Amino acid sequence: MFTRPRTWFLVTLAASAVLGYFQNQIDPYFADVLTRIGINITLAVSLNLINGHTGQFSLGHAGFMAIGAYTAAALTMFVGPTIFPASPPQILLLLWFMAALFAGGVVAAAAGLLVGAPSLRLKGDYLAIVTLGFGQIIAVIFRNIEPLGGALGLNGIPAYTNLFWVFAAAALTIYVITAMVNSTYGRGFIATHDDEVAAEAMGINTTRCKIVAFVIGAFFAGIAGGLYGHFTLTINPKGFDFSRSIEIVVMVIAGGMGNTVGVILAAVLLTLLPEGLRQLSGVSPSLHWISESRPLLYSILLIGLMLLRPQGLFSFRRSARVKV
Amino acid sequence: MTEFLQQLINGLSVGSMYALIALGYTLVYGVLRFINFAHCDVFMVGAFVGFYAGLNVHQTSWGGGVLIMIAAMLVCAALGIVIERLAYRPLRDRSKLSVLITAIGVSLLLENAGQLVFGPNPQPFPEIFPSRTFEVGGLVISSKDIVVVIVTASLLAILQFIVLKTRIGTAMRAVSFNSQAASLMGINPNLIISVTFGVGSALAAAGGILWAYKFPKIDPLMGIAPGLTAFIAAVIGGIGNIPGAALGGLLIGIIETFVKGSRYSTWTDAISFLFLILILLFRPAGLLGKLQPEKV
Repeated sequence: MFTRPRTWFLVTLAASAVLGYFQNQIDPYFADVLTRIGINITLAVSLNLINGHTGQFSLGHAGFMAIGAYTAAALTMFVGPTIFPASPPQILLLLWFMAALFAGGVVAAAAGLLVGAPSLRLKGDYLAIVTLGFGQIIAVIFRNIEPLGGALGLNGIPAYTNLFWVFAAAALTIYVITAMVNSTYGRGFIATHDDEVAAEAMGINTTRCKIVAFVIGAFFAGIAGGLYGHFTLTINPKGFDFSRSIEIVVMVIAGGMGNTVGVILAAVLLTLLPEGLRQLSGVSPSLHWISESRPLLYSILLIGLMLLRPQGLFSFRRSARVKV
Repeated sequence: MTEFLQQLINGLSVGSMYALIALGYTLVYGVLRFINFAHCDVFMVGAFVGFYAGLNVHQTSWGGGVLIMIAAMLVCAALGIVIERLAYRPLRDRSKLSVLITAIGVSLLLENAGQLVFGPNPQPFPEIFPSRTFEVGGLVISSKDIVVVIVTASLLAILQFIVLKTRIGTAMRAVSFNSQAASLMGINPNLIISVTFGVGSALAAAGGILWAYKFPKIDPLMGIAPGLTAFIAAVIGGIGNIPGAALGGLLIGIIETFVKGSRYSTWTDAISFLFLILILLFRPAGLLGKLQPEKV
């Protein structure tokens, strides 16, 4: 599908501009769901680079998201007003928001480097534990930084996020990651995933590949976090806990690890699922417990997928390049 | 000094519970080479079995307490065996990653099912053993701490006996060493793996009961934090290594208790992970890894 990524990128960018322009005409609930979908696509596709294409296993994606969210929010809330005159022009605010998102991504990427460089020498399950621990440590750190609200978190973040930003970020993520994986350099990621020893023998520096994948994945997770913060307008350390990471992991696994289109579809599906369940409980109160037990559903989905369809829901090729 | 000793006693008792849980991780890692993420939730189930058994068994007597503990250990051993049979065995030939993901799924399943079945709110755990406090030279020692340490030490001794002296223990070591060669020698690896899961889960249940006895509030998510810490303890001691798990558990328990007692108490959750990252960087095999070839 993504044989011509650049065309796709420009088309989606234009589409998101149109969406953003007509945002006010869209039903607010629908716009809300669309925003969540866009943010989840960004998160899932960026995690797919680490867990899918490169074949590592990160359980700390929400941690990078938290870093991006806090950095961007701090920039627009505290730093912005001190350097701008009172009531700055709209365009300046938007540019500043863009810079804040970017900064959030960069700080998250730096954190990715900090965590990845020592721990990516570890294999599979150890890496999973270290990234899990990283997520935990991030939450503890933010809980201890009083200027950023401590355990209560930040409130009153300006509502800059709209559909344009969300889908532009998603399009950019998909474009960069697809183009990268399909490049000569990016083949190294796939080689690392397929067979590390053989890749090393072919002269690929697998540790470097893993770190690059980790840093880029973290960058986009940071951007998604920034968007998320300026969308919910309030963030706290609890919102980026282990279960948030797991949600993203489930999206990647349901879509099929390394299958970008599948992961996007899974992100859409798994964002709509709870909304659908909520509608279901509106139909009959006796179905209420289903919508209450979303995490239960996720866990059953995870086990069922691993046992029955380890290649993901959306992989139909017989010899799909999946080695789960 | 009194303060120091007091914290040390506390740390020892918390640490020995970590050691009990860490043993389960280490045993399973020894035979299957994967991290059983669901282990910490078996620990939680153990505490809840104790809670419900406590309603029927005459409480606060030594016999009753032991009965409750044995009941919880049996139920959890069965649970562990069932989990392995249904979720892990079908994936035995697949990559380790898919087993790991399934294990995370099982863990989430137990937590969320626990919230539906047991209710999400914390419940008070009954006093299953009689308890009183002693005062020795300014130190306040609760009999709870003594019970915890004694039970852990005896379970450890029993485990060490099983692993080193019995036929089944020899088979466990053989499977851990080389599962294929072991099966050529007439050992049934599936049976041994089931037994290992059973033993590990029973230890988790004992840990859960002791934990609930010392910190008498139980809820379906109570396993996550001690489970993670205990896993770290297992890695620090050298995963797959039984004395290592015990050592790691004690070490982590003591360190954590001291941090909790200092003015950096809000950082407690992060400290064990920090310790883990340091160990993995400088001694990836763990403190006792490699040094002792005995692996189970």
